[in-house]
Amino acid sequence: MSSEKKRSQLPLTRRSVLKAGAAGIAAGTAPMIISTKAHAYLNEPKGSSVTLGFNVPQSGPYADEGADELRAYELAVEHLNGGGDGGMMGTFSSDALQGNGILGKKVEYVTGDTQTKPDAARASARSMIEKDGAIMITGGSSSGVAVAVQGLCQEAGVIFMAGLTHSNDTTGKDKKANGFRHFFNSYMSGAALAPILAANYGEDRVAYHLTADYNWGYTTEEAVRTSTEALGWKTAAAVKTPLAQTDFSSYIAPVQASGADVLILNHYGANMVNSLTSAVQFGLRNAQSNGKNFEIVVPLYSRLMAKGAGENVKGIFGSTNWHWSLEDEGSKAFVKSFGTKYGFPPSQAAHTCYVQTLLYADACERAGTHDPCGVGEALEGFEFDGLGNGPTLYRAEDHQCFKDVLVVKGKENPENEFDLLEIVEVTPVSQVTYDASIFGGELGTCNAG
Amino acid sequence: MFGLSRGDLLLWLFVLLLVLAAPILLNPFPESSALAQFNGGYPDLMQRFLIFGIFAIGFNILFGLTGYLSFGHAAFLGAGSYAAVWMLKLLTINVIPAIIVSTLVAGILSLIIGYISLRRSGIYFSILTLAFAQMSFAAAASVGFVTQFTGGETGLQTALNDPRILDTASTTGNIPAPSLFGLEMRDSFQWSVGDWLWTFNAGYYVCGFVMMVAFYIAIRITRSPFGMMLKAVKSNNERLSYTGINPKPYTLAAFVISGMYAGLAGGLMVAMDPLAGVERMQWTASGEVVLMTILGGVGTLIGPIFGAGLIKYFENIFSKINESLLHQWFAFLPDGVEDFFVAVIYPFVGKGWHLTLGLSFMLVVIFLPGGMVGGLTSLYRRIFKKSKQAN
Repeated sequence: MSSEKKRSQLPLTRRSVLKAGAAGIAAGTAPMIISTKAHAYLNEPKGSSVTLGFNVPQSGPYADEGADELRAYELAVEHLNGGGDGGMMGTFSSDALQGNGILGKKVEYVTGDTQTKPDAARASARSMIEKDGAIMITGGSSSGVAVAVQGLCQEAGVIFMAGLTHSNDTTGKDKKANGFRHFFNSYMSGAALAPILAANYGEDRVAYHLTADYNWGYTTEEAVRTSTEALGWKTAAAVKTPLAQTDFSSYIAPVQASGADVLILNHYGANMVNSLTSAVQFGLRNAQSNGKNFEIVVPLYSRLMAKGAGENVKGIFGSTNWHWSLEDEGSKAFVKSFGTKYGFPPSQAAHTCYVQTLLYADACERAGTHDPCGVGEALEGFEFDGLGNGPTLYRAEDHQCFKDVLVVKGKENPENEFDLLEIVEVTPVSQVTYDASIFGGELGTCNAG
Repeated sequence: MFGLSRGDLLLWLFVLLLVLAAPILLNPFPESSALAQFNGGYPDLMQRFLIFGIFAIGFNILFGLTGYLSFGHAAFLGAGSYAAVWMLKLLTINVIPAIIVSTLVAGILSLIIGYISLRRSGIYFSILTLAFAQMSFAAAASVGFVTQFTGGETGLQTALNDPRILDTASTTGNIPAPSLFGLEMRDSFQWSVGDWLWTFNAGYYVCGFVMMVAFYIAIRITRSPFGMMLKAVKSNNERLSYTGINPKPYTLAAFVISGMYAGLAGGLMVAMDPLAGVERMQWTASGEVVLMTILGGVGTLIGPIFGAGLIKYFENIFSKINESLLHQWFAFLPDGVEDFFVAVIYPFVGKGWHLTLGLSFMLVVIFLPGGMVGGLTSLYRRIFKKSKQAN
């Protein structure tokens, strides 16, 4: 049979195909345009449970933080559903939470891997919203990811409770009505750290910055630079390093020759562990420069990083959002229930994620709805205490929490493997508060999908 | 019919049917069952199936027909994405200019990279394309001048105060969502039948339309005299030269066409979700499309689409199975046995999904050299032959 003959036998003509196609398109588009938005808001929980999406890095340079965040989320879910010892629910100044889930609905969760990449994080968050019906997305251990996912949540119409993200951008330039951050930011780190650095190292220092090459690195470098220069320091150079970098020796080698006497590592997670180790191997800590001891500073510090870097962190200054050795009732209750469940104290990443989950659930209870707009209103301007940071305000203008900042130092003589940081000073909130408009950006209006 | 032979037309119609019915076909399990975890019929994943299908179809025009293995197609995907975001930021939130411009920008970039890389063939060509792609990636990620346009590792997004000169200013106080003359890409129509829930998403059908056009063009190219010439390049490049034909214009044209397909895919990705991340340009993304094409069947028309679907399914479904879910599934077993099963399976799901993918890739390459489509064809032939003998 020839192919010509084959063609002619086919009971299809150009006209009939076109007709069928047009009919198909008409049939397909009609209901799409109507786009029945029968629900009051996106992913309104209709059954007996409510789903939260925990989107954390499970691979990449921040994987350790991600794993600890996930532990904290699981603990928070347990407490919200009435399990365990209730943790910080007992010390929280708001008593709206009953231990019966959120608004009587059992809390369930789905997890995803952000890979510390904006693209992957957004894909993972989208599937949580579209496939699993998540009503709130939380997590992230990188500001690049936080800004990307916050944008998605705003567009989709769910609440985003930022996890560990420290860039000014998250609640500054890129702030969104549906996004909320409990963690502190670069500006606060700079403002808290600079006076301590000047008091310990003098006012005529020359700094050399190594900066992670994304939005968090930029704002941290800028904040530390501005606040130290205001006290008389000079800046020799600021060099950007790729986020995926693991070997920093080529970046460390030129530091001393530049005439600097302080190295500031605007690095987090595994980046900081590697760059600090490299700096110590190059002998920077024992070096003399400009007739002074060479010093290293890590603006954003965590216990997990201190653990990774081992001996090298002794005596190094930095700032942190929370530390497990704090003696207030909230911190003690949290450390106790986290320690009972997992056998070691929580990190600051775990703390902020746990607190954010509780704050979200509490806001739902107070608003009496899961509607993102109602929840957002309940969070705006909310003042609370008993969650480990003392009295705290969720500022309405930029959805940023304002609370005291801890300046810490690597402990010289740790008593055990968790006792790695000591608190040098608790900088009062008044010293780190800034005007909401200085970073630009607009919140927009809340979107309920 | 439309210049297609009967077989090709049936193939095209078969794919069309799959695309139209995918929201139903991909959600075979009831919502409340434990197997609902394996449902793939939600807009994000379905859009990805089609977009990466386009990417793989285009890649196959180069690799499948001419045999030139490019390891740098991610650069075109990324360039297309960035171009599309800029269109959404500067011109209009309507996706059409974004999709067209992304294709053109990728075409220009592939003309430059292809012109240089095609001076060599074989492994040297592959390495050159890889080098160019990595250069583009490094530039987009961390070269100060370029990051102004790409947003570096933070990525590029639309913002409320973008100019969008063709649109009227947003009145809702929200960033407008990418749309097609007012039909928002994220709009969906949901249809629930019993315990099943099917989501028909506007963006998905836009992708579907574009993919069907792209697939049609790919069939026409493959069957055309130009396609014959490309196959001649693959079977014996030297002989072609000796007959007095210069193969370079043909290979360059194939390279540019496949680059434009990649740019189109990048543009569509942005149209569905307006963010471009720099990792889209990384070599892993280039490697992924090679895997898709080989897994599905190199040189076959429909293989790359299946390969893309399989990999995206693994990436999005298997990677989300976590340990507590496994424990839930095996809860009916005695404790020790349950832990054993979970311990055996866990490394292959969740963040270990790459391991499963790697194993299935190995199996396909060893036992089905023609990919999935090659395997199916030989299976079909075997059955057909047997039934013939029986007659």
